[in-house]
Amino acid sequence: MSIQPILELKDVHSGYGSIKALKGISLKVMPGEIVAIIGANGAGKSTTLMTICGIIKAEKGEVLYQGKVINKISPEKLPVMGLCQVPEGRRIFPRLSVMENLRLGAFYRDDTDQIMKDIQHSYEMFPILGERKNQQGGTLSGGEQQMLAIARALMIKPKVLLLDEPSLGLAPIIVQQIFDIIAQINKKEGTTILLVEQNANLALQAASRGYVVETGEITLEDEAQSLLSNPKIREAYLGE
Amino acid sequence: MEYFIQQLINGITLGGMYALIALGYTMVYGVIQLINFAHGEFFAAGGYVGAIALAYFAGVGYMDSHPVICLTAAFMISMAYCAYLAIGVEKIAYKPLRKESRLAALLSALGMSIFLSNGMMLTQGVYDKVYPSELFQGRFDFGMVTLSYLQIMIVSLTACLLIGLNLLVFRTKIGMAMRATAQDKTMSALVAIGSNRIISLTFAIGAGLAAAAGIMYGLYYGSVRYDIGFVPGIKAFAAAVLGGIGNITGAMIGGLIIGMVEIFGAGYISSEYKDVFAFIILIAVLYFKPNGIMGENIDDTRV
Repeated sequence: MSIQPILELKDVHSGYGSIKALKGISLKVMPGEIVAIIGANGAGKSTTLMTICGIIKAEKGEVLYQGKVINKISPEKLPVMGLCQVPEGRRIFPRLSVMENLRLGAFYRDDTDQIMKDIQHSYEMFPILGERKNQQGGTLSGGEQQMLAIARALMIKPKVLLLDEPSLGLAPIIVQQIFDIIAQINKKEGTTILLVEQNANLALQAASRGYVVETGEITLEDEAQSLLSNPKIREAYLGE
Repeated sequence: MEYFIQQLINGITLGGMYALIALGYTMVYGVIQLINFAHGEFFAAGGYVGAIALAYFAGVGYMDSHPVICLTAAFMISMAYCAYLAIGVEKIAYKPLRKESRLAALLSALGMSIFLSNGMMLTQGVYDKVYPSELFQGRFDFGMVTLSYLQIMIVSLTACLLIGLNLLVFRTKIGMAMRATAQDKTMSALVAIGSNRIISLTFAIGAGLAAAAGIMYGLYYGSVRYDIGFVPGIKAFAAAVLGGIGNITGAMIGGLIIGMVEIFGAGYISSEYKDVFAFIILIAVLYFKPNGIMGENIDDTRV
């Protein structure tokens, strides 16, 4: 292959104190792809994303972004480079208004006029956010918070967007809406997406490739379509 | 009635100073959940630097010709000095312990308080450092009530600082980032906000406000000493708890209430017990309303 992966993990180990959550994760994400990581609760999916973003330090192995090793870089510098995450549980700043949450997405940017335009664009993409722009983030519903979290991340102008359980705790109709938006971001902006999901069916339908994580290790890697028809996966993750 | 109004004026003057100190406690707590027990020392250091600066200006003869410029300069020098001092203290005494238990940082804060206080004693001596008394000497007399120029200066400067802080925290991008850091440090990092920078800034602002209060104290009471940080520091801490620790508006209100209670208690009950009233309030708040006036939830962080 001649194209370089935009994001690559090489034998990454990390954890929380004495608990080893990742025991040698290796994966590649090519520019423009949607890649899904599926696995059970506690398998190490969120830890993988937090390690990529430098919130949890990799004890061993390398995280490469655009060909550069980034696991020694402090986490707040990564969004500036275009690597950004919508974490599990969305983590809206609860006592900041919707507008302020969006404004902070663009914290490192100085192009005030463009920021204002981008905020307006968020309101067009998610009209409900425009209606609630002066409301505190903590007062939004789960679905609205997920929309705000995605809109806030887009304010960073990411090249790679890491999404952690975007479907968690949301009604099916909202989930569909969120996944439509994810597909749209990928298609329109060309944003590369690494998606972590417990809802394997949903994730694999959106993705082109997928990785299966079990107890901190990658056990399977394949085209999303093949994973969807793989009997083992169907049994373990698709509830059949 | 005149006596009441007089006490009210005195209470606002003192309460404003407490509010300025209390903000440092509450902002630092909001951002890193630490009660910075060394905070009172920034107040004392501010008073000292102000006294030294004013003595220097008097020595070179500027004081008589340009008193307002000299005083402004003294405020700026002292606030800047204490801001940098606080940044240094945080880097040396608190930052290395950030991942340890909260108790470790708390003990480090107590140690830092003793260190700074003794440092001032050893370098500046144990005697009172006198403030020039000729500044803002005039006063208005309304029958029995007097309002000195100095009080007007102190109250209006306090008001300006409080308004300025409010604008900074609630109207600017950096203030937004401070509030975000207080609410969720991990998420702040994910939107490119460096928490170290915000923490330094918080310490600097808190100490700068305390330094301003230190000069006001010196001007108001006529002198400063190495150990003045302790009692006003503890009272301002009581004010921060009363207002709801972590809440900026709460600290301002709490400071005013503590100042009023102290002055009215001294005026109407007994001046011998003036230091006791603040602590009665602290105990009552902890007993009846541990979240304070403006506090929402004690284990929830906020600025």
